[in-house]
Parts: sequence; structure tokens; C-alpha cells
Amino acid sequence: MTYFADVGALARKDLLLELRARDTLPAMLLFVVATFVVFHFSLPAHSSQLAASGLLWVAILFTALLGLGRAFVPEREQRVLDGLVLAPCDRSAIWLAKSIATLAFLGAAELVALPVFALFFHGIGAATVAGVVLADIGICAVGTFLGAMAVATRARDLLLPLLFLPLAIPIVVGGVGASVAGSPGRYLAFLALYDVLFGLLCWATFEYVVTE
Amino acid sequence: MRVVSRLSRVPLPALAVASLVLMTVALTLVFYVAPNDADQGFSQRIFYFHVSIAFTAYACFAAGAWKALRHLWKRDPGADLESYVAVHQGVIFGTLVLLTGSIWAKISWGHWWLWGEDELVLFLVLFLFYCAYFMLRFSVDPGPQRANFSAVYALFGVVLIPVSFLAIRIAKSFVHPEVFTLHGPNFGGWILVTYCVAQAALLLLAYTLYRVELTGKRLDARIRELRFA
Repeated sequence: MTYFADVGALARKDLLLELRARDTLPAMLLFVVATFVVFHFSLPAHSSQLAASGLLWVAILFTALLGLGRAFVPEREQRVLDGLVLAPCDRSAIWLAKSIATLAFLGAAELVALPVFALFFHGIGAATVAGVVLADIGICAVGTFLGAMAVATRARDLLLPLLFLPLAIPIVVGGVGASVAGSPGRYLAFLALYDVLFGLLCWATFEYVVTE
Repeated sequence: MRVVSRLSRVPLPALAVASLVLMTVALTLVFYVAPNDADQGFSQRIFYFHVSIAFTAYACFAAGAWKALRHLWKRDPGADLESYVAVHQGVIFGTLVLLTGSIWAKISWGHWWLWGEDELVLFLVLFLFYCAYFMLRFSVDPGPQRANFSAVYALFGVVLIPVSFLAIRIAKSFVHPEVFTLHGPNFGGWILVTYCVAQAALLLLAYTLYRVELTGKRLDARIRELRFA
């Protein structure tokens, strides 16, 4: 149980930091709304609703990338990560807590983004919402993990999208499938499978990212 | 495992000669012995190489992940370099899969690229993924951290292969409704023999190239060590 107490404490630290500094969430919100406006003008008139559904997923992915790129910046700038690694807690707790925090930011951004999307383009069904929730888990789990690697490299912010996008292709497939297909069940199941597989992999290997 | 450890003791020149001989036999079989395909005629022969190269690329990625696991788990010295070289060979063979697949698609369907062809799309995703592997590896200074990052990312690769394959399969129903069905070739006789020889030749070629690169890289590291000693 101390494991979850550690995770809770670490996640609360990130949420509290965001609440006080308001670095990430306003940027994500502004970005996602601006993206929708860009999409409106990049979709030719009379293009189908299906095209807009696809673009929703592009917007979610890039908004998430914006947040994930910031996720480990405080750790890097204040050298918090050294302290966390020295602390007597399981290293995977660091990843889990950070994932939960980024998931909270992404979820909060989507609470605004999805109604705005419905207002600008077309309504959103329950399957899409379920798809977004499942996809968010995968995006944050894998993205946080890769973000921790990316901040330790020379290329830093440049590297995260390159590392992340090939791994995010299955998420987009599952998400778009859940939004546009007649029977979204198997796409949702696929997203859940992705979450479980990559979640376990991240959980098991995070230790090697922060230690030598 | 015992086969691999025995193979690793075979001297490099012998390996090179063996892969040259086997490759020549495979080329002869593919172009002179295997029968023409009833549907696609002569162009179908690229399949012997396309499929074998694809399998070889998977084998390289799997070997890279296996070495990565050895590095993380047992801390095998040298496993990091072996993993990197295997992934490097995998990317070379993966590029060849994309090339041979494009040529075949152009001849069969008149387009250089087909989103309906599962394996081509999968290799495009893998190509992007493993290119990012190189970006990651070369933006970290050599040392334990680079070895860990590379190993972890290589492990992500082997999980991504089946997941992406599944994704591409299920994406077809909404991205690409018409499904190409290849009438399975009558797998028997000379076709099977030719395929098996081509497969063996390419696997041996990949292993030889792997050993060549590994030897070069080790020599490089040794020289650097001596220079700074």
C-alpha cells in the first residue's frame, strides 16, 4: 500500500505545481481550440463528417504531445529527478504518478475540447468518448515514459514526437475506428489491449530509464 | 541457443563464403528452376526475396530485442552493441522490404504504394519507429544511460510489431474497404524448395553482415580505448 501512497503523493505534487504555476493546462486548451479552427479552414467545404472525426484524433494527439513535452521539465530544471531516484520508493511509482498527472491535464483539456468540437463540427457519441478515455490512458502511459527519456537526451523536445508518433499509430487506429465504425466494440477492446500491454511494459522498464 | 553459440564460433571468412554460395544457389533457383506463377507470371518471383527479406528483418528486430533484454536483465557486457547492430541490420532489411514491396505493387497493380498491403504498411511504421531508435541512440552520450535507453526502446519495438499488425488489420475496414486477396500459391515442390533456400540464404547473409559490422564496431571501440589509454 505504501506504493500507492507514494504514487498519490507524487501525483499530488504535480497537480499542485500546475495549480499554482498554471504552465501547461492553459497552453493545451488554447492549442486544441486553435487546432480546431485551423482544421475548419483546412477541411474543404462539403467534406464529410468522417474527415472531421479523424481530425479530432490528430488534435488530441498533438495536444497530448504539448503536455507530455512539458511533463518532465520541472524535474529537469530543478533536478528533482535525482532526489526522486534517491528516495526509498519504487521507481515505477515516479512514472505512474507522472502518467496520472498528465492524464489529469489531458482529461481537463478534453473536457473543454470535446464540447468545442461538437459545437464547431458535429456531435460526439458515447463510443467516441469511451475511445478518448481509453486512448488517453495509452497516450499518457507511453508518452510520459518517452518524455522521461527525451528530456535526458541532447535533442530534448525535438525527440519526443519522433519517438512517440510511431507508437501512437495503433492508438489513432483504435480511436478513429471507435468514432466512425458501426460497431465500435472491437476498436475499444483493441485500445484496452494497447493500454494493458504498453502499460505493463512501461511499468516494468521505467527503472532503467532513470537509473544507470 | 546452442546453435547460435556454435554459429558465433564460425570464422567470418567461412560465413562470407557460405552466404555467397547459398545466395548464388538461391538466385539460380529463383530465376531458372522455380515455375512461373499462373496468375502473375515472372514478376511473382520477387516474392521469394520479398517474403524472405521481411522474415529476416523480423528476425533481426527480434534478435535486437533479445540482446536488449539480456542487457537489462543479465547486464551482459557487449549486449548493447549487439542489440544495436542487430537493429541496424533489421532497418537495412526493412528498407529492402519496402523497396521490393513497392516494385511488386507497381508491377501487379500499377501503383508504387498500396495502403491495402498489410505488410508494407507495417514495415513503414517499423521503419519510422526504428529511425527514431537511431535518433534516440545518437542524441545520448555513450555510456550506461544510452545502453539502457536503446534497450528499452528496442523492447518497445517487439511489442509494437504485433500491435501494429493488428491495428493495420482492423484499420482496413474503415481506411481501406477493399481487401486484396492473394490466391495462395500452390506451396509445394520447387516453389517450397526455392523459398526455403532463399530464406536460408538471406538469414545467413544477414548474420554475416551482422558479424562484419559487430567486428568493425568492436575494433573501432578497441582502437579508441588504446588511443586514450
